Amino acid sequence: MDRYSAVRRLYGNRDMAESTKYDLSTHLCGVRLDNPIIPASGTFGFGGEYDDFYDINILGSVSLKGTTLHARFGNPTPRIAECRSGMLNAVGLQNPGIDAVIAEELPRLRSRFRKPIMANISGFSVEEYTECCRRMDSQEQVAFIELNISCPNVHNGGMAFGTSPEAAAEVTRAARRVTTKPLIVKLSPNVTDIVSIARACEDEGADGLTLINTLLGMRIDIRRRRPVLANTTGGFSGAAVFPVALRMVYQVAGACRIPVVGCGGVESAEDVVEMMMAGASAVEVGSANLHNPYACRDIIENLPKVMERLGIERLEGIIGAAHRG
Amino acid sequence: MHVMDKVVFEIEDNAALTADVMRMRLRGDASAVKRAGQFVNIAIDGLYLRRPISVCDFTADSLTIIYKVVGEGTSRMAAMRRGERLDILTGLGNGFDAEHDCRRPLLVGGGVGIPPLYRLAKDLVARGRQVTVILGFNRAEEVFYADEFRATGAEVIVTTADGSYGRKGLVTDEVRDREGGFDYFYACGPVPMLRALCEATPADGEMSFEERMGCGFGACMGCSCKTASGSKRICKDGPVLRRAEVIWE
Repeated sequence: MDRYSAVRRLYGNRDMAESTKYDLSTHLCGVRLDNPIIPASGTFGFGGEYDDFYDINILGSVSLKGTTLHARFGNPTPRIAECRSGMLNAVGLQNPGIDAVIAEELPRLRSRFRKPIMANISGFSVEEYTECCRRMDSQEQVAFIELNISCPNVHNGGMAFGTSPEAAAEVTRAARRVTTKPLIVKLSPNVTDIVSIARACEDEGADGLTLINTLLGMRIDIRRRRPVLANTTGGFSGAAVFPVALRMVYQVAGACRIPVVGCGGVESAEDVVEMMMAGASAVEVGSANLHNPYACRDIIENLPKVMERLGIERLEGIIGAAHRG
Repeated sequence: MHVMDKVVFEIEDNAALTADVMRMRLRGDASAVKRAGQFVNIAIDGLYLRRPISVCDFTADSLTIIYKVVGEGTSRMAAMRRGERLDILTGLGNGFDAEHDCRRPLLVGGGVGIPPLYRLAKDLVARGRQVTVILGFNRAEEVFYADEFRATGAEVIVTTADGSYGRKGLVTDEVRDREGGFDYFYACGPVPMLRALCEATPADGEMSFEERMGCGFGACMGCSCKTASGSKRICKDGPVLRRAEVIWE
């Protein structure tokens, strides 16, 4: 078996899938995706770890690990704490830095992944976000830039840009100036008025919005009487956050014209349909990948069955269905 | 690219070895397990994250794990019965390098760090090495698998902190006494034990580490640690690290 046979097999499969009754394709910022499923940033590395489990070419796209200008080790361990129906993480943007991502990770992923790639950018200053966007803009293999202004696990950066409309506007405006690629801003749920922040990003030229990043949370080890996480607090994700994410997608999709990527607690094909009905054009799957590395594959396989049950032939047709009277 | 399918294992038996240490034997496709010191990640109904457990022994179609009941996940595992089925990711982590060029390896295990050394002892004996195993416990009631280790053909020394079984003292006391009698070590146990081991001997060796994990297969960066050769993920680049890589914090 040569190295491309898997890809040929995949294209064969895709042609077959397209000839069936159920159309899973969608569009995000004008880019066609074979299906709406995108592994969320931070749960999929740069793609390589999932090669052991399935051919990642079945995915709609992949959102890469959050990348900063310089390499970061991240926070001390423990970085992970389990919760009921979810988990906390305080990884703290561990990544090899944008130069290594561009020189090593992107070519490695491109050599075996033929779908649109979403680069995820983070930073600690407007200048850092801008520089990272500028460098990603010149990468032909990057289809989307996802601007992470919502990481709760780093200090003096990350989420600080996503918690006020003014700061969100400033960083979006700066990023917009240096890239012509679709710019998708990933927003924090840890705010009082998500719509005002979403509108601020839209007004400054964002092409899309991802909702939501993790909710700030905490656990205490009652035997040690200390926080479980070395960072004290962490980002809460997993099945439990789905209703919060769905509500924010619904609110923002109803208030903005740019497309929304739904993210938060998605674990099943039914969740994907629900997110799309709330207004999501595509759907990111995050923590589910960590407890079930086959989660995205399972969801993609189950979508046609769920569509059949619900009488949906074209998935894209249900985007925002819950808004229509 | 090797594609691993979802594997469901069936519990053959699940029995107590001591008051809080259990052994579970499972039947299912374990062909992805290649080396002693690798681990499996077990999905447990009602809990969000899997539970990583080291492999004690394996064949192509069976797994033996030994685990200490410490929290919600292992408590639920302890209540499982023969015939129940478990969704398990296997073949995770690097495992020990049983091919390492040495003649007289020393294996040092502390408490629930002992199980992965069992398969390693068998593999090393099968390679013709002169194997010595030191197993450390707090007291006699906690001792498990001493006879199984003896049956591998290795020389086995058990230490207990209170002297109620075997030699009184710590594994490192025994290591000091045997300095020069081994040319490489393999160890698994609590970090203070591993650190004391490295202070007790200048010999080269490798050690298996623990950390809280998210995924167990290298995707989430939840279990990263700093090493002399850069950041490593305990789940994917470890859990076994070579002595020269380890940075004690």
